[in-house]
Amino acid sequence: MHKVKSSKTHRDRAKAALTKAAAFGEDIDLSSYVSSAEEQPYQDDPSGLPAKAKEQMLGVGVILDDVSQRSGTFIQTDNTPVHSSIRQEGIEVMSTRQALEKYDWLSDYWWNAVPVDTDKYTANVELSQHNGYFIRALPGYKTIYPVQACLYLKRARLAQNVHNIIIAEEDSELHIITGCTTASSEEAGLHLGVSEFYIKRGAKITFTMIHSWNPEVAVRPRSAAIVEENGLLLSNYVIMKPVRSLQMYPSARCVGENAVVRYNSILVAAPRSSLDVGSRAILDAKGAKTEIISRAITTGGNIIARGYIEGNAPEVKGHLECRGLILQREGMIHAVPELKGNLAGVDLSHEAAVGKIAEEEIEYLMARGLTRTEATATIVRGFLRVDIEGLPPMLRAELQRAVVASEKEIM
Amino acid sequence: MESEQAIEISEVRNMLEIKQLTVAVEDKEILHDVNMAIKKGETHALFGPNGSGKTTLLMAIMGFPRYQVTRGNIIFKGEDITKLPLDERARLGIGMSFQRPPVVRGVKTRDIVAACLKGRGNEEIIGQLAEKANLADFLNREINYRFSGGEIKRSEMMQLLAQKPELSLLDEPESGVDLTNIALMGELINKLLEKDCPIRTRKCTGLIITHTGHILNYVNARTGYVMFDGRIACEGDPHEILATIKEKGYRECARCTK
Ligand SMILES: Nc1ncnc2c1ncn2[C@@H]1O[C@H](COP(=O)(O)OP(=O)(O)OP(=O)(O)O)[C@@H](O)[C@H]1O
Ligand SMILES: [Mg+2]
Repeated sequence: MHKVKSSKTHRDRAKAALTKAAAFGEDIDLSSYVSSAEEQPYQDDPSGLPAKAKEQMLGVGVILDDVSQRSGTFIQTDNTPVHSSIRQEGIEVMSTRQALEKYDWLSDYWWNAVPVDTDKYTANVELSQHNGYFIRALPGYKTIYPVQACLYLKRARLAQNVHNIIIAEEDSELHIITGCTTASSEEAGLHLGVSEFYIKRGAKITFTMIHSWNPEVAVRPRSAAIVEENGLLLSNYVIMKPVRSLQMYPSARCVGENAVVRYNSILVAAPRSSLDVGSRAILDAKGAKTEIISRAITTGGNIIARGYIEGNAPEVKGHLECRGLILQREGMIHAVPELKGNLAGVDLSHEAAVGKIAEEEIEYLMARGLTRTEATATIVRGFLRVDIEGLPPMLRAELQRAVVASEKEIM
Repeated sequence: MESEQAIEISEVRNMLEIKQLTVAVEDKEILHDVNMAIKKGETHALFGPNGSGKTTLLMAIMGFPRYQVTRGNIIFKGEDITKLPLDERARLGIGMSFQRPPVVRGVKTRDIVAACLKGRGNEEIIGQLAEKANLADFLNREINYRFSGGEIKRSEMMQLLAQKPELSLLDEPESGVDLTNIALMGELINKLLEKDCPIRTRKCTGLIITHTGHILNYVNARTGYVMFDGRIACEGDPHEILATIKEKGYRECARCTK
């Protein structure tokens, strides 16, 4: 039993919210999933995991055979944390259950950024907890290599409920690459992941999440961040493989002066995939800044690309950019950019564009000697190449690799 | 039989031959019965008022699908390319600098130059080309995105220098270019058209649209045409034509029967 002080009230609030539908997305019937899975053996050496699993994890940026380019590793298969390790001083990586046992103060962070009664999914995570990761950088420590975390869904029809806590203490720097994937290419499953980010004064987190599911999996991440003075959250999300239904709307609240949040999302919807993905930034302190960029491509599936920026303090600045490409005759992209300014002196803007690739652009490249296919590929590649400011070169390269790896499926 | 003979002759001497060309855009006929022949190594100049059909002619030669050839033929190096797709024409050796090229978001200038070079390029060559076109800082920018008028012209020329077409179609390469940069444009065009090569061995051939004729102070042109209402109204020495246009205007020039 974990020692969260207010766990009683959390449980009560969760119970009350068990049937509360989410604000967005198809309502998932939780009763059609199982909640338990067999325990998985712990691996001291992550390279000892089965070859197939390692390969799938590699596809989402999690490298297990050579962890020299990682400052820490966390792997969870179904409900069992099967490996956690660190390679750098000042970094902590463990399961949330271990962390709750180790740190009494963790209760201050538990369901603090994400309300437990947000919807039935957060409620379900509270009531049927299956671990998750705790990653923390101690004050002043800066990681060079990223910490990697993988949540691996193995058992068919499992509802995987994880609760992650990420803390960057004052003036620390934490780079995280997290990959979520599934063992089967056809079995149904449900991934419910709560992630709470705390970025203290002067700290920086870059968080790069790559998802690779299958056409039967439903996914409902619930994440939120609190960013203090001069803190920075740079959050990147990539999904390029089919999924049945994905809905998420991560949110960041800048509570300290000059806090900065950047969200980048690269979304690809195959036929029958349904994606509803947004990013939200609430600028509550003077000088806070945000930039939200999303690139959506459909090859036949449906995408709702949302964005929301709210300015509640003087001298805040935010920009929302949402661009969508419809590559086939089928497919839908619905861009929903929203801005809300609650006082004078906020500077919020957005641009959105949805459509097919302009014929004029394809022909321009064809006039240089490219075939129609080459011209289209060049434009798609350019479209997906978001230049992410502040991302370490190595992570940038990995992100680029993930994008390139999926290109052939798009074309 | 007769036409075959003509093709044989053109193979020897003409880089481009346009015969009785009629072009429609969205079912509206824009060009009527245009005839033109440009010998290998020569550069010709095309004048004409706004809306007379100059860009339309270049787009039709390049092969843009919107520009429908309803009659006549385009012959390149002796081969009838009237029905050939745009990209195949480019690969055969025709290149064009655009009056108003589109912005292609996400695609960097470097990527396009690399594409123009095909297998022949590397970072160093791309860097040198950019240096030459005074665009060294532009390689990582999205192509044409927030480029100034003059930057667009230099970027178009840089792409053509990478592509090395045998026939260059240049649509107003000097419009909107300042006095310093016009000399640079002249230099780039001369390089593109191998003007340092004696005409006998020169392969590169050009057709340049110009309103002011300023570019002709830097680039030698052998023949000039005046396009008027979709027809070639006059053909002759480019400097003489320019002088007549300046003195009497296009309408007079079109009326003259020289
Ligand atoms: N897509 C189109 N639909 C309808 N009309 C068109 C289209 N494209 C060109 N035109 C018309 O064809 C005529 C010739 O246009 P073109 O662009 O060839 O002129 P131009 O001689 O290059 O003019 P400028 O000196 O202004 O560049 C114009 O009247 C123009 O409006
Ligand atoms: Mg024109």
